[in-house]
Amino acid sequence: MADVTRREFLKVTGATLAGSSLVLLGFSPTVALAEVREFKLARASETRNTCPYCSVACGVLMYSLGDRAKNARASVFHIEGDPDHPVNRGTLCPKGAALIDFIHSPSRLTHPQYRAPGSDHWQPISWDEALDRIAKLMKQDRDANFVAKTPEGLTVNRWLTTGMLAASASSNEVGYLTQKVMRSFGVLAFDNQARV
Amino acid sequence: MPLQSLDIVRRSATTTPEPGVRRAYTGTVAKLIDTTKCIGCKACQVACMEWNDLRDEVGTNFGSYQNPADLSDRSWTLMRFTEYENPKGDLEWLIRKDGCMHCADPGCLKACPSPGAIVQYANGIVDFQEENCIGCGYCVTGCPFDIPRISKRDRKAYKCTLCSDRVAVGMEPACIKACPTGALVFGTKEDMREHAAERIEDLKSRGFDKAGLYDPPGVGGTHVMYVLHHADQPALYAGLAPDPHISPLVRLWKGRAKPLSLAIMALTALAGFFHFVRVGRNEVDEQDEEAARRSLAAGGKPEMRP
Amino acid sequence: MTNHWVDIKNADLVLIMGGNAAEAHPCGFKWVTEAKAHNKARLIVVDPRFTRSASVADVYVPIRTGTDIAFLGAVMNYLLTEDKIQHEYVKNYTDMSFIVREDFTFADGLYSGYNADKHSYDKASWDYETGADGYVKVDPELKHPRCVYQLMKQHYTRYTPEMVERVCGTPREKFLQVCEMIGSTATPTRAMTVMYALGWTQHSVGSQMIRAGAMMQLLLGNIGIAGGGMNALRGHSNIQGLTDLGLMSNLLPGYLTLPGEKEQDYDKYIAARAFKPLRPNQLSYWQNYNKFYVSLMKAWWGDAATADNHWGYDYLPKLDKSYDMLQAFELMNQGKVNGFICQGFNPLAAAPNKGKMNAALAQLKFLVVMDPLATETSEFWRNFGEHNDVDSARIATEVFRLPTTCFAEEDGALVNSGRWLQWHWKGADPPGTARSDLQIMAELFTRLRAIYKSEGGAYPDPIVNLSWPYVVPTSPSPEELAKEYSGRALKDLTDPKNPAQVTRKAGEQLAGFAELRDDGSTLSGCWIYCGAWGPGGNLMARRDNSDPTGIGQTLNWAFAWPANRRVLYNRASCDANGKPFDPARKLIAWNGAAWGGADVPDYKVDEEPALGMGPFIMNADGVGRFFARAAMAEGPFPEHYEPFETPLASNPFSPGKAETLNNPAARVFKDDRAAFGKADQFPHVATTYRLTEHFHFWTQHSRLNAIVQPQQFVEIGEKLARELGIADGEQVKVSSNRGYIKAVAVVTKRLRTLTVDGKPLHTVGIPLHAGFTGLTKPGFLTNTLTPVVGDANSQTPESKSFLVKVEKV
Repeated sequence: MADVTRREFLKVTGATLAGSSLVLLGFSPTVALAEVREFKLARASETRNTCPYCSVACGVLMYSLGDRAKNARASVFHIEGDPDHPVNRGTLCPKGAALIDFIHSPSRLTHPQYRAPGSDHWQPISWDEALDRIAKLMKQDRDANFVAKTPEGLTVNRWLTTGMLAASASSNEVGYLTQKVMRSFGVLAFDNQARV
Repeated sequence: MPLQSLDIVRRSATTTPEPGVRRAYTGTVAKLIDTTKCIGCKACQVACMEWNDLRDEVGTNFGSYQNPADLSDRSWTLMRFTEYENPKGDLEWLIRKDGCMHCADPGCLKACPSPGAIVQYANGIVDFQEENCIGCGYCVTGCPFDIPRISKRDRKAYKCTLCSDRVAVGMEPACIKACPTGALVFGTKEDMREHAAERIEDLKSRGFDKAGLYDPPGVGGTHVMYVLHHADQPALYAGLAPDPHISPLVRLWKGRAKPLSLAIMALTALAGFFHFVRVGRNEVDEQDEEAARRSLAAGGKPEMRP
Repeated sequence: MTNHWVDIKNADLVLIMGGNAAEAHPCGFKWVTEAKAHNKARLIVVDPRFTRSASVADVYVPIRTGTDIAFLGAVMNYLLTEDKIQHEYVKNYTDMSFIVREDFTFADGLYSGYNADKHSYDKASWDYETGADGYVKVDPELKHPRCVYQLMKQHYTRYTPEMVERVCGTPREKFLQVCEMIGSTATPTRAMTVMYALGWTQHSVGSQMIRAGAMMQLLLGNIGIAGGGMNALRGHSNIQGLTDLGLMSNLLPGYLTLPGEKEQDYDKYIAARAFKPLRPNQLSYWQNYNKFYVSLMKAWWGDAATADNHWGYDYLPKLDKSYDMLQAFELMNQGKVNGFICQGFNPLAAAPNKGKMNAALAQLKFLVVMDPLATETSEFWRNFGEHNDVDSARIATEVFRLPTTCFAEEDGALVNSGRWLQWHWKGADPPGTARSDLQIMAELFTRLRAIYKSEGGAYPDPIVNLSWPYVVPTSPSPEELAKEYSGRALKDLTDPKNPAQVTRKAGEQLAGFAELRDDGSTLSGCWIYCGAWGPGGNLMARRDNSDPTGIGQTLNWAFAWPANRRVLYNRASCDANGKPFDPARKLIAWNGAAWGGADVPDYKVDEEPALGMGPFIMNADGVGRFFARAAMAEGPFPEHYEPFETPLASNPFSPGKAETLNNPAARVFKDDRAAFGKADQFPHVATTYRLTEHFHFWTQHSRLNAIVQPQQFVEIGEKLARELGIADGEQVKVSSNRGYIKAVAVVTKRLRTLTVDGKPLHTVGIPLHAGFTGLTKPGFLTNTLTPVVGDANSQTPESKSFLVKVEKV
């Protein structure tokens, strides 16, 4: 309101005066039906999930379009706390309460991208092309730099020239598979956010 | 969705009598804001915007935790932060959730000239019906808490609905549900007063001798109440009105004598116009308040309805 | 957490120190407000800043950042001097009576065995004295001059209220008020919980700060009881899970450890970890290490892991040193790393010294970023003006950015701070062609395996032999993996006492880790999770929230490791006879034949209390340790050392000695040491932290969060603002010796000027949420300022205490 300019106000007030006068004369603009907004969750699908931010791990209920019928594509449109969850009992913090805007963030990545050496932009790349290329680069590096034995003759079977940081917001299953795969390669430079 | 709890007991600018048979016999609703449990996390602000499909501007930081800078057509609630050094020399960070108080005697409704643009339900909720709003801004003048905001997009007035759509189906408002610390609670007004009494007792055991409930009688009591550590000094909490009343301007044109008020309405619109041209903002100013105090001192009583 | 979120409601006193639970864990903090409202609990907040937690505290106490050991050491001195300790608990359940070796010494800030050149200790003398019977010698009277009680008392005599005032800047009367409140919980009927987070971990002495807190809790008998404990509030939704699963340089799942390169002998590797009991009749549960190890190796290498190859011992890489994140980026900066994968991790923003990070990443041949969001790291090569001033043309790194699903688009389990494994369900498909991390890792692996199979290459054995029994090899399901890390029988298992009795059929899921074997007949990818997907199905998906005793123990909600236990060390909640110290807070009790109650006993379930088995069954001595033996890098008792960037010239606890100014056992790389700043140029102490409206560098991409906290700011006290002529909302520049940021100034009473060592000291608060991508106003990554030095044990960077200079722009 503070930002309304005087000119705008005059415009508004002018309309208001006209409107008020009409009302005074009995020309009500519409029949004044007072109704609350429709309750928007009535038949939405409800899915139980866990907030991906801090380690309180609040239970959340996600409401999505459609009833999971074959021809409906689900899209989450509202998230609120799970009242059955013993820890958060339905509450959410400002991050959890805003999860819907994380899911639908304009910054969500949708397709693989590639940045060539020296380039200042992304270019599209197919999944197969990207994964083939990464696998090839990894194999080249591992074969060139794998240490099977130290100069002293100790068996060490380690690969130090490629490393990884894993996501501590990913699930146990992702973490477990990542650990299994990376250790099979012999990677030691391996950490997750717990370090920070 | 004409649910029983949402029976309308009052509507703006309507000369026919309000339906008066149905009442909230099982109690009206109330939101209790316990400032002493509030950590100012803004979960309520976010939950409000999320549920009500609002997205305010991404603004700037003006040197405060308070964001956005003020209430707006798309920010119906806002945490206001005050750093207060108490007489013992200890710092207190007083944080108040600002928003519509859902007055039992709503100044906005009384001021509104557009039929049915503002209604009061039997359960105590004061709701704006934007499709009937003509954007005149009288509700802003009428509100003793400076809450309604006129949208620059559609020239209509907006404020907290107490999530009337949720309450209509038996749920609590979105802000209440989200509040992590239980600083916001919701229930019947009677239950909320009891809850507040428990909280006040606890606060007194922690040295807050003046802890108390804010349920101002000047507007007939409110369906949004505060527990304050310093109930004797509401103004400490980012200028919470110590003794709010409906502006005398509004009372003049919206008294019980309805025919007179209709006649006065046109004058008031003009008064509002000149008021803005003179002051620059369309809200209650000190002169109005002074006029109100004089009027009260002269024996005028604020209108109280059951 | 030793306890869990809901249990906080049982506390009589809550100490928040080294954390800001209201800000970073608001929904967990609810249980503090519950304790206050329904248990008359009092809340103490000790913090350099008056925080959101402090806003609802009964007592707020300021402290200079990085001086928590000085504070806690003085609290312990108070408790010992005023005899505010829980005697029965301390006598029976701790090492107070144990006698320490004669050659153990401490003088002038250094323990015995220090090597100044290597910045490390020979820890041989840091041990108990062993008798002829092979057990540790004890003095139950606590009179022996070298018993732990006497040594500890002696150690902390220097930690006085006067020193607290001088070193921490905490007013003496405030400190004593806190001591008195804490001391009140030494009675068995009062409980205090300690809640901490990165305010303790992100220091060069962070691990010892936490140890000091734990020692205080042991003195008070507050470990193992409802409403008590040491509660680490972890920062990410599955940071606990990824730590449990061992995704750190030196770890394997379930806190098993990778062998060092000197450990060429498999049997010695096991023996060094299967601790022998140090006192009679102690359980020392790690004696089962080989069962956990063999079951893990069967999960990973299946039939290729045999007794003959020591279950694939050679397949495991061997360490010569720690390759933690700080080490990895040092090597990268030296050009010794070619490839790097960031899976949902944004190290350009998260690792210390952004300038070094930019330089290091530019040395890579290839970088792979898997993330749902466009992170700063994925665009480290792009010029964002002052916020990321790089020359793209000179950066030769190939970068791949692979879009992944987010939480809403996948099934799986996350582990919360209270060790609960909770399953979640997919609600929608991901945008575009985004894929799950599972699929991406599997596709990468199967591609590499195919090339190694067809072309061969360096040591292909662990790759081509990796067990990969998944129905769709390029996309294993979360269910398959959850069953694998939980574990199953590979052969029919029989009762050792009655070999005819089959206790578990081949192929069946196991109910718990007690079923694991070391003969290759069981498989479990993470022993502490064993039973999470048991014979009865997925216990992580359970949703019965009933709490039959009202003490907050929902045993049928999800699954807690280990063994669905909710409060660790809960045996210690009972006296020596097995009766609860506080009947009103009963977790478990001995009923004459067995232990049981509102929790799964952390004890041998049929062990008579009279037999003297200690409650700390993972420790070889069965007791809680005040004396850490060789477990810590810088000494068995926490000692105060200054942050590496300190306003003081000398450590007031060991004055005049250069080598004890900072942690003598910290690892500092040469260039990083050169990049430290000095107080004459950078006179203000800075600390970084989270805001409740944001989560790291994710929520700057979420519009709702951007609305409620739109722009980068720094907080400065009113006094400093006055000195520098800075008003609320003005732009300021904050510099360290490594770079600068510019931000809006929030001038506040909540950052007060402390008097430290007789001089005024200003603290500058730097919220860490800002970046050059997303919907908030573009900002500077705050790790531009932070120093590269880690805690000597955990290598967690010292982002909570460093020196800066503030200027008006």
